[in-house]
Amino acid sequence: MTAALPGIPEEELVAPGHRACAGCGCILAMRYVLKALGKNITVSMATGCMEVVTTPYPETSWRVPWIHSAFENAAATASGIAAGLKAMGREGVKSVAIAGDGGTADIGLQALSGMVERGDNVLFICYDNEAYQNTGIQRSGATPFGAWTTTTPIGKVKRGEDRPKKDIPAIIAAHGAPYVATASVAYPLDFIKKLQKAAAIEGPTYIHVHAPCTPGWRIENNKTIEVARLAVLTGAWVLYEIEDGKFKLTFKPPKRRPVADYLKLQGRFRHLTDEEIAEIQRMVDEQCKRVGIE
Amino acid sequence: MRQVLTGNEVAALGAKLARVNVIAAYPITPQTAVVEKLAEFVADGELDAEFMKVESEHSALSACIGASAVGARAFTATSSQGLMLMSEMLFIAAGLRLPIVVANANRALSAPLNIWCDQQDSFAVRDSGCVQIYCEDNQEVLDSIIQAYRVAEELLLPVMVCYDGFILSHTAEPIEVPEQAEVDKFLPPYEHPHPLDPEKPVTMGPMGVPEYYEEFRCMLQQAMCAAKEKLVGVDREFGKRFGRRYGLLEQYRSDDADVLLLTAGSLSSSAKELIDRYRKRGERVGLVKVRAYRPFPAEELVEALGHAKAVAVLEKDISLGWAGALFTDVSAAFVNVKKAPLMMDFICGLGGRDVSQLQIREALRAAARAAETGEVRRPVHWLGLREKIVGLGV
Repeated sequence: MTAALPGIPEEELVAPGHRACAGCGCILAMRYVLKALGKNITVSMATGCMEVVTTPYPETSWRVPWIHSAFENAAATASGIAAGLKAMGREGVKSVAIAGDGGTADIGLQALSGMVERGDNVLFICYDNEAYQNTGIQRSGATPFGAWTTTTPIGKVKRGEDRPKKDIPAIIAAHGAPYVATASVAYPLDFIKKLQKAAAIEGPTYIHVHAPCTPGWRIENNKTIEVARLAVLTGAWVLYEIEDGKFKLTFKPPKRRPVADYLKLQGRFRHLTDEEIAEIQRMVDEQCKRVGIE
Repeated sequence: MRQVLTGNEVAALGAKLARVNVIAAYPITPQTAVVEKLAEFVADGELDAEFMKVESEHSALSACIGASAVGARAFTATSSQGLMLMSEMLFIAAGLRLPIVVANANRALSAPLNIWCDQQDSFAVRDSGCVQIYCEDNQEVLDSIIQAYRVAEELLLPVMVCYDGFILSHTAEPIEVPEQAEVDKFLPPYEHPHPLDPEKPVTMGPMGVPEYYEEFRCMLQQAMCAAKEKLVGVDREFGKRFGRRYGLLEQYRSDDADVLLLTAGSLSSSAKELIDRYRKRGERVGLVKVRAYRPFPAEELVEALGHAKAVAVLEKDISLGWAGALFTDVSAAFVNVKKAPLMMDFICGLGGRDVSQLQIREALRAAARAAETGEVRRPVHWLGLREKIVGLGV
C-alpha cells in the first residue's frame, strides 16, 4: 500500500499489533504523521484512543520516543520537552503533541492556548474523530450538528447534537500561530506535505486532521476513506492552511456534492429528516461560501 | 557567605544553586516571589535555564514532566490552590518516576478563600508518591532544596519541599549561602537513565493493564520507602560538606520527657520556646518534629515517642470527618506496639491564625493531664477556636 504513494517512506514507525478498531481512521493518521516526520521527534500524547490502543504495557507501537502523562496537558508536556531539549542543547529534535478532539477542543484547550501564545516550538496535531470515542461515543466540542452520540441521543424532544462544531483551527490561528492547517486521512499527500511544512517551522504550529471512527460514526469498516473523502467533496470538511495569517485552500472540490451523500453513509446521522439535512446543507453552504468554495 | 533572605528568596536561590535547566511556574500568593526571583536570575543571565511562563499550575508541572523526561533538571513552586490544580500531575510525576523538585509555600485551601498559612495543601497530597519535607526555618528551605535533587535523582522520585507561607516565605533571616562550587560537588548533573531520545526510543507512561498496574505501584512504594534511608544518607553527606544536618525527625529535649509535643514546620520553633520554659521549671517535657512526612518515619517516631506517657500532636491541617493527618499517621505507627503513649490531636493555626504560646501551653497541659490520669476522653481538639461561633460549649 505504501509503495503506491510516491514520496512516502515505506518504513512504519507505528508498529502493527496495536488494538485500534478495524478501519480506524485515527491510527492511519498516526502512521502518516510518523512517515512524514521521521524519527527525530518526541511525541507527547494525550489520553485517548491512540494512547490506549498503542501502549498496553508491556507492548508499544511507538518506534519514536513517546510519553503520555495526562488528558488535558499534551501541549504543556510537549512545551516542557521543547524547553528541556533547548536547555540541554539538543538540536534537530522536534517536539510533537498529539491529542484527540476532546483533548484539543475541550479539556486540552487551555494548555494548547498557552503553548501557542508563548510561541513554544511544538507541532500540535489534533486527530478529530468528532466525539469522545475512547470512552464510548460521547459528544465533544468537535461533534458536528445533528450527530447522534450517547450523550446526544435521539429522543422525543432532543434530536442529537444541537450545536455546530467548534472551530479550533480558527481559534489557534487567532493566536497568531505561524502555521495552521486542516487535513484528512483521505488525502494523505496533502496531510504529509502539511506535516513536513509545520515541523520545519520554529515555533508553534497546528494541524487538525479529520479521521473517521468506524464504531462511533456507525460506518462499515471498509468505508473509512470513502466517508472521509466525502466529507471533503461535500464541503463538510475543508482542506486549507493558514500560513503567517494568510488563508489558502489546498483542495477545492471540483463539483461540490450534496452533504446528504456524506451523511447517509453514517449511522450517527440516520435519524435526520429531510428538513434537518437541508439545515445541515445550509450550514455547509455558508461555510463553503466563507472560504471560497462554490 | 551570609545573606539576609526570605523563604521565597532562598527557594529560588536553592533552585539556582542546583543549576536547574527548566523552570515552569505560575504565580500564587504566597509563593509569587519565588517565580519573580527566578525570572530575575534568568533575565540577568545569572541562571542559564529555560523559564516557562505557563498558564496554570497544571501546565507548570506538566511542563516539568516533559522537561524531566528528556533529561533536564526541572523545578516548580506553588501554594495552596495551585498545588490542588497540579495535584493530578503530582501523582503522575511520581508514577512516571521523574525527579522534579516542587517548592510549596504552605497556604490554606478554599473555601472560604484564604491566602494565609496552614499545611492543609501539602497534607492533602500526601498519597501522591511525592517525597515531602517540612522546613522549620529558611536555612532549612535552602538546604532542603539542594538535598531534594540528590534524593529525587538517585531514586527517580519527585520531592516537595514545604515551608510555611508568610511565616517563612515572607520573613527574612540570616542565611548561610553555600558556594556554587561546593554545591556542584555535592550535586552532580542529572542523568535520566532512560530519557526520551530518538537515538534510543522509549515509551513512557504506557497503559498499565491490571496484570501489571499493581507491580508499578508497588515499585513506587518501594522507592518511597527507600527514600527514608536515602534522605538520611544525603543529609549526612550534606552535613559533612556544609556543617548542617536535619534528619528525618528532630528530637528536642525529648529523651527523658513524659509529655511530648509532635509538630511539623515553623510551629516547632514556637513550641521549643515553651518547652525551654517548662524545662527551666524542671518539668519533663520535650518535642519531636517531623521533617520527612512522606516517606513517613514510623519506626523512628515509635522510637522517639515510645517512652513518653502522652503525646500532643499540633498540626495545621485536618482530614475532615476524622482528625489531623499527622495524628492519624502517628497513631497508626503505634498500632502493633505494646506500650504506646496516649495520643491527643490539636488542630491549630488554620488559615493563618496565630498559634500563641498560650495555645501551645493548653495542648501541653492537656497532654500532661492525660499522662497523669492515664486516659484521653476526647482525642481531637481545636486550639484558639471561638467556640461560641461554631456552637460548641467550652
